[in-house]
Amino acid sequence: MDVKENIAPLQKENTSEEIVVRIQDLYKSFGDNKVLNGFNMVLRKGENLVVMGKSGSGKSVMIKCLVGLMVPDRGVVEVLGEDIARLNQVDLDELRSDIGFLFQGSALYDSMTVRENLEFPMRRHRKKFEGVTDTLPLVQEALENVGLAHTMDLMPEELSGGMKRRIALARAIILKPKLILYDEPTSGLDPITAKEIIGLMRSIQKKYGTSALIITHDVDCARVISERMILLVDGINYAEGAYQELVTSSDPKINAFFKK
Amino acid sequence: MAMALEMIKKTKEFFIEIGDLSYFALRFFKQAATPPFEFKELLKQSYQVGNRSLLLVATTGFIIGLVLTLQTRPTLIEFGAVSWMPNMVGISIVREVGPVITALICSGKIASGFGAELGSMRVTEQIDAMEVSGTNPFKYLVVTRILAATLMLPLLVVFGDLIALFGSSLVEFMKGNVSFRLYFNTVFDALSYGDLIPATIKSFFFGFVIGLTGCYKGYKTGRGTAGVGIAANTAVVMASLLLFVVDFIAVFVSDIFYEL
Repeated sequence: MDVKENIAPLQKENTSEEIVVRIQDLYKSFGDNKVLNGFNMVLRKGENLVVMGKSGSGKSVMIKCLVGLMVPDRGVVEVLGEDIARLNQVDLDELRSDIGFLFQGSALYDSMTVRENLEFPMRRHRKKFEGVTDTLPLVQEALENVGLAHTMDLMPEELSGGMKRRIALARAIILKPKLILYDEPTSGLDPITAKEIIGLMRSIQKKYGTSALIITHDVDCARVISERMILLVDGINYAEGAYQELVTSSDPKINAFFKK
Repeated sequence: MAMALEMIKKTKEFFIEIGDLSYFALRFFKQAATPPFEFKELLKQSYQVGNRSLLLVATTGFIIGLVLTLQTRPTLIEFGAVSWMPNMVGISIVREVGPVITALICSGKIASGFGAELGSMRVTEQIDAMEVSGTNPFKYLVVTRILAATLMLPLLVVFGDLIALFGSSLVEFMKGNVSFRLYFNTVFDALSYGDLIPATIKSFFFGFVIGLTGCYKGYKTGRGTAGVGIAANTAVVMASLLLFVVDFIAVFVSDIFYEL
């Protein structure tokens, strides 16, 4: 039995209509390889939206366009009411303080301790912590949220894959963001650790009321965490709806995602 | 025909690489001149570059000093000019052998280190994570490392020169019964500012070239772990080649000044 099956799907509650992310006609290609061909998406406040797609379907490219790590060829990307393409570097950095990003491989800084990893974004966004003289309680709070308060002085190399992912999650929430982007949050993890990470994602959303965009190809993760799903096929949003609607679809392209 | 096409392709790639490297260098100067300045990271990198290379430079310098003296001694004895040994060894070490050997050793140590470190950070998305957290990774990682290499190399060259002279004096002491004091007095009498200044200026350029190529190769690493190995390897090859080009230009320019 898959261990994730004993987690009940998230119930949609208090989801207002305020739009946090809007993507319109997003195009991105690398040479002749057209990755995104007019992708559209809307993420509302407090919502958990899952984008599923095969490897190489452009999920990570799309999420990187959202935070300004990649520049799209064409299209509009609006995050928290700001058009990413129109922002200068200072304003973009300011906006990024409201976005948490959990990278696929955790992306912890190898040369820094866990504490320094968590303090790094805080030092860069001092405005957000005006009046805070000691960052330790904030670091401690973030680590307690992921159940790893004892790892503060450890180096990333001393942590397991699951612990690294949790620390990366703590780093993503340390700035108390309004939006969290998860890039394959459960990839490379065993089912039990994956279940723990999903549990943490849910508890964080409940505690801080964040909106979340989750990029994954893990069907179990999508089933448990999603309120709404988008299937990314050939660079476009091929299908959209709740998990139950999509899983019962008769479309062979949609079915291919849910086949075990 | 195929060979000619391959040669054209390689030549084109070479010039593209030179163009990219020049653009990278321009970007360095622009970013280095604009605030905020990462002094803490610069100090950390300077310590790393200097401290990590110290033993290697000392060992190499000592052996070079020993070997140069041992190899030259019989010829000078044959011409009855053994008393010129400190002058000859001193000038050759300070003007050319010391800076070039130290720079070559450092290109192996520092350029490959930068290439591998930044390459691995690129592959594991640590550079992206840095950018998302509002830090300019070019300024934080590249500018500090290039500056550290530029500032530390002249110090390492001076240190390497002194150790090489000590090695040489040891041979003279054991084989020619020349005291250390007499040896060093003779060496410093033989040296002029015309020997010291061009060698020191040249060392700054050597450090810049080493830092630049190491960071360039690491920062531009392609995806995958194989890319990290390639970055470290090509950084050393490129840095070593460029060192000789810079050395040729430096010798050519200083020769013009000697003639004036």
